[in-house]
Amino acid sequence: MTENAPASMYRTDEGMGLWEHRGKVAAVGVGHSPTARRWDGRAETCVGAISLIALRRAIEDAGVDPAEIDGLVMDPVTTTGAYWPKDKPVPPEVVGAFNSTDNPLDGIAGLSAEWILKNMPELTGIDFTMYGPGCMSNAICVAAQAVGDGLTHTCLVLKSWHNYEGRYYQGGANAGSDLPGTAALHALWGTPACYGTALQFAEYCRKYGKNHDMMAPFIENSRQNGLKFPEGYWASHRPEEITPEDYKAARWIAKPANLFDNDLPIMVSAAYLYTTAERARNMRQKPVYILNHAASNTRPRSLTPTLDEVEADTARTARKIYEGAGITAADLSFENMYDGFAQFHQFHIEGLGYRGMKFGEALDFYQTDISIHGPNPILPSGGNIGCGRSRFWMHTDSIQQIQERAGERQVTGVKPEIAVSGGPMPLGGRFTVWSATPD
Amino acid sequence: MKQGVVPDDLTRPFWEAANEHRLVIQSCVACKHLQHPPAPVCRVCGSDTVEWKEMSGRGTIYNYGVVHDCPIRLLQEDQPFNVAVVMLAEDPGIQMYSHLPGTPVDEVPVGAEVEVTFEATANGQMVPEWRVVGSSGEGGEQA
Repeated sequence: MTENAPASMYRTDEGMGLWEHRGKVAAVGVGHSPTARRWDGRAETCVGAISLIALRRAIEDAGVDPAEIDGLVMDPVTTTGAYWPKDKPVPPEVVGAFNSTDNPLDGIAGLSAEWILKNMPELTGIDFTMYGPGCMSNAICVAAQAVGDGLTHTCLVLKSWHNYEGRYYQGGANAGSDLPGTAALHALWGTPACYGTALQFAEYCRKYGKNHDMMAPFIENSRQNGLKFPEGYWASHRPEEITPEDYKAARWIAKPANLFDNDLPIMVSAAYLYTTAERARNMRQKPVYILNHAASNTRPRSLTPTLDEVEADTARTARKIYEGAGITAADLSFENMYDGFAQFHQFHIEGLGYRGMKFGEALDFYQTDISIHGPNPILPSGGNIGCGRSRFWMHTDSIQQIQERAGERQVTGVKPEIAVSGGPMPLGGRFTVWSATPD
Repeated sequence: MKQGVVPDDLTRPFWEAANEHRLVIQSCVACKHLQHPPAPVCRVCGSDTVEWKEMSGRGTIYNYGVVHDCPIRLLQEDQPFNVAVVMLAEDPGIQMYSHLPGTPVDEVPVGAEVEVTFEATANGQMVPEWRVVGSSGEGGEQA
């Protein structure tokens, strides 16, 4: 049985000093599946199938013999908020198309390491599997620590998402007539997922004298960058820019968060190959070294984080990021922090002090040149707003930018040497520092 | 109308008090820390001796949003509606949500004083709600 990573594998505390494996672990392969808005019911497009595509592409990208791979770190939870209805039969033709596990929904509504290994017979050398649940940001921290600790030397990292018919989070308990007492304490009031972030943004605007319209350049830039990400949903299926006028006219979801402040749930999978710095030298791609990984385990005092709690935690996270990597904010070539919801990206980058930014200054920064061609790139991946909801575009982009193979997205106003990516939320996020060199 | 509530072991004292039109919050016997949502142990000192303490039912509006796209089916016909965050007078770190009955949509006076009231949910269980009692605070739309 594959276990969740122990808490000790995440670097959660301040004062831990340089990461003991700084520069000794590298990303050497990237693989993405095609995207889809929702599952069409076919075996070849189920979440298991697209995961196999991503994994095999990452292996091919790295130029590694699959038999040399000895580790797999992944997230077994694949839902975007869509759940398989209790009374809906599991399609036998989909289950039968693969080597199944005891769980008939494995590969359809979730994904175990066992399912992956049963369906990738070429992975003959795997003797380490572990779950880094939550999102890719978690899984890559676990993989980096595992490689550094010597638990695996050549490790696949996987995150996949499934999405079904129906509106986001509108089934299950939300369609019912009552709620359990604990859930009711926050759920009775009918807040959508973006509400907490919208609250923080509202307080931010009051505190610093900003407004929602000031987010427009960030949204426009994110979609422009995302349309240069060929693996992304919008570039693949709906190459639509978002103009400032589109943004300002969009309908509210939870004011002050509108439609374009939210991302679009999609089906997609991505995989990376991590290895030791020594082995990476002989692989096909330029190694991207990991200088540090850091984590936040902070919980809000009550129902929803206050702006004070958010700012204190993003500042604390930045100190952990920089301390373990042995860098300062001035060393960052670019940033790729999370954006799904768009309205907390500024919390991440203000906490980082990106380009000397202080709290309350990000929205003014967004009014300057934040493009991939300028000296201050903001989210060159395009993030979830630019590519659809995956929570991993920023990691792929950081790797590809540093390898200087980001194609049309390649930053040109800075030399891509050191970057930071991570998320999701300011409280509870996981972060990675990437570098072109190991020291 | 709000969905009904089926009290569970952890929250039963809260819901039973609401049916008596009383607002109670969990409090640590050892360190006196108030916490909401409740938990089996104190989140500060770890003590498993927690009790329920009656609050004055007064607070202030800390923040709010306006819900236009609600995931709860029973509430969708009421869209758009306010959801405010109320801070309790006894401890501003303790938050409660409110639809602020009587306050027009997007005209929420942040910082204004509120007092608790109780409202029936779909299965008759009462739930704390809040009404503005003072005119202080910053009115007007979200930025």
